Amino acid sequence: MDSETVVAPSAAGAPPQHGHVEHHFEDASQQKDAATVGMWVFLVTEVMFFGGLFLAYFAYRQAYPVAFASASNNTNLLIGAANTTVLICSSLTMALAVHFAAIGKKNLIVLFLILTLLLGGTFLSVKAYEYHDKWVKHEVPGYNFDCRTDTGAPCADAAHTPLFFSLYFGMTGLHAMHMIVGVGILLFLITQARKGRYTPAWHTPVELFGLYWHFVDIVWIFLFPLLYLIDRSAMPK
Amino acid sequence: MIAATPPTEIKKNFFNQKQGLASWLLTYDHKRIAILYLLGVTFFFAIGGIFAALIRLELATPAGDLVDSNTYNKFFTMHGIIMVFLFLIPSIPAVFGNFLIPLMIGAKDVAFPRLNLLSWYIYMIGGLFIITVLLMGGVDTGWTFYTPFSTSYSNGYVVAAGMGIFIAGFSSILTGLNFIVTIHRMRAPGLTWFRLPLFIWAHYATSMIQVLGTPVIAVTLFLLVLERGLHIGFFDPAYGGDPVLFQHMFWFYSHPAVYIMILPSMGVVTEIITTFSSKKPFGYTFIAFSSVAIAVFGFIVWGHHLFVSGQSAYAGMVFSVLSYIVAIPSAIKVFNWTATMYKGAVRLTTPMLYALGFIGLFTIGGLTGLFLASLGMDVHLTDTYFVVAHFHYVMVGGAIMGFLGGIHYWWPKIFGKMYNEGWSKISAVIIFIGFNLTFFPQFLLGYMGMPRRYHVYPPEFQVLNVLSSAGASVLAIGYLIPFCYLLYSLKYGPDAPPNPWGATTLEWKTQSPPITQNFEVTPVVTQEAYTYTTEEVVHVG
Repeated sequence: MDSETVVAPSAAGAPPQHGHVEHHFEDASQQKDAATVGMWVFLVTEVMFFGGLFLAYFAYRQAYPVAFASASNNTNLLIGAANTTVLICSSLTMALAVHFAAIGKKNLIVLFLILTLLLGGTFLSVKAYEYHDKWVKHEVPGYNFDCRTDTGAPCADAAHTPLFFSLYFGMTGLHAMHMIVGVGILLFLITQARKGRYTPAWHTPVELFGLYWHFVDIVWIFLFPLLYLIDRSAMPK
Repeated sequence: MIAATPPTEIKKNFFNQKQGLASWLLTYDHKRIAILYLLGVTFFFAIGGIFAALIRLELATPAGDLVDSNTYNKFFTMHGIIMVFLFLIPSIPAVFGNFLIPLMIGAKDVAFPRLNLLSWYIYMIGGLFIITVLLMGGVDTGWTFYTPFSTSYSNGYVVAAGMGIFIAGFSSILTGLNFIVTIHRMRAPGLTWFRLPLFIWAHYATSMIQVLGTPVIAVTLFLLVLERGLHIGFFDPAYGGDPVLFQHMFWFYSHPAVYIMILPSMGVVTEIITTFSSKKPFGYTFIAFSSVAIAVFGFIVWGHHLFVSGQSAYAGMVFSVLSYIVAIPSAIKVFNWTATMYKGAVRLTTPMLYALGFIGLFTIGGLTGLFLASLGMDVHLTDTYFVVAHFHYVMVGGAIMGFLGGIHYWWPKIFGKMYNEGWSKISAVIIFIGFNLTFFPQFLLGYMGMPRRYHVYPPEFQVLNVLSSAGASVLAIGYLIPFCYLLYSLKYGPDAPPNPWGATTLEWKTQSPPITQNFEVTPVVTQEAYTYTTEEVVHVG
């Protein structure tokens, strides 16, 4: 093939620096495009990752509807709903952090990242409380499992209720792990933001972390109805 | 016209621009990372090969006289796990994909060089887990980890093995992600999608599978580990679960994973056949889209692994028909390779011998897949040596032939040295003969009803088993010879010119081995990837 040649504009081999175009990119917009596409592809892999658990949930819910309806009454609706609100608020604060990064308000970036961190931490603490509650009530499969309704009677279709709780811990546990990773990244972003690293020209990490955080929120938006709401009232108390 | 100029002094290249162990272990250069991967996969190929040898040694006689059945279970399990997850899946993408994708698209590196290095470390940590399992006494579940045996009854180190595969899987995911972004965003000016080499299309399709499929095996193994380690059950009926769900989730990844192994190989073979026929590939767009079609259809055929697992008959019929459909894009490729050679100036170099071997063996592997995709036949052939022979024709006859073809084709580019053509042709022929001698008898054994995964068998099967074991030793010698002459060439081989084969794709436009930045100046592409004119064909070697 004939190829004409042109001199590459960027200085090849220059050491990579924060906020600057790394040596293998032609310009800043190519670098940002690549990072954004990369993040979206990563989120696709996350959808598939959680997808396996959703598949297991749907297969077993379809097979054992009575066990699932009965066991879902043992989740704490009030706490679950409150925690959902906390998480949705954290998405708002995250979106505001991205917004202020785009217009270069350093102090507001830091403020809203810290608020996001606090809300995320609250969510995780409440989740830990719920786990403890389940442990005390013998609702952890494999460890003296004994599912009881409010009246003290055994849960309906007792042979299959452990599946509900296995899925409960599997799904919320995987979600919580993503939250913990998110909290770790938030701590990093806050220290960087305090140093004024993020400018309107370059704040890709804040923006892309925002995508991740919203994704983790959206997973919860699906988990909440699946585990706390569906068919909850179908069972006689 | 490209002429080989005798080098007067040692030229700057990615080997000598930086030196020392740290410059390798901390490198962001995709070419160096490719070589790190080459060392890794070669190591694991050798370990997996040792287990294959032990299996064939045991099967040389009908009695179980070498090891007991528990140990034999561990042999084939370790062989399968290491070969599938630590050799076949990373082999071509992580080595040649890493080395060549930026070169072929005229980029300085992949989109995320640090992530690329991280992928290698993740792969090695996953491998370390598997090696640890091996040293502690192995695992006996088969590489498929079927529940409830794996979660409740197995005496092996299932959790550690599962963790190892889980970790190595992330290396595969991140590599696929890196390639997708690289191919989308890093192409040289003028390099449109339909000017891309077909190797790139094959890797794009492979990356799609890696990105969409691998997370599912990851979550499946996550659940497996929860069930075995913490008794939080999902699959064991004792916990109310269903073992068939595990099989669905396992094969949702592991069938497409077969295409992770074979698609890059098809990409390699396409490049080799085009170059050594000195002719534009017949039906460029058909070859390109057949790669994508294989990736897409590959995701909807997993149920053909469950024909005898209690899946409904209707589901079985649907999966059977869908499995036949995958044969169409696969056959398109075989037709197009053949048509590319027709009236081309075919040169029977070593890479070309491997490519031709690939076409024949892949065709046998593919057509016997159709036997297994038909419901009635499969009931007879399930879990027999027919299945073993079928997938070894695809994975060894296909993927490894492609890998070896790729090594011989790009060796001059990667290391800047020419190897001995005589020895390399001899070893290619030995490998072809050894391979067929090993695996063809297994078709007959399986058809006669010999089940897989047993170390004792009725005496009437001995003749064919001895043939197979004999073939395995020929194959082993065939694999050792390239190891010798390739290493020899590094020190004593003549220097390679930039384009020894007269190929047209971009990686041959830069020097051999390339400089760290790949090209002195960013290339601008004005033509399709394969534009041959009689003047440009150069016969060397």
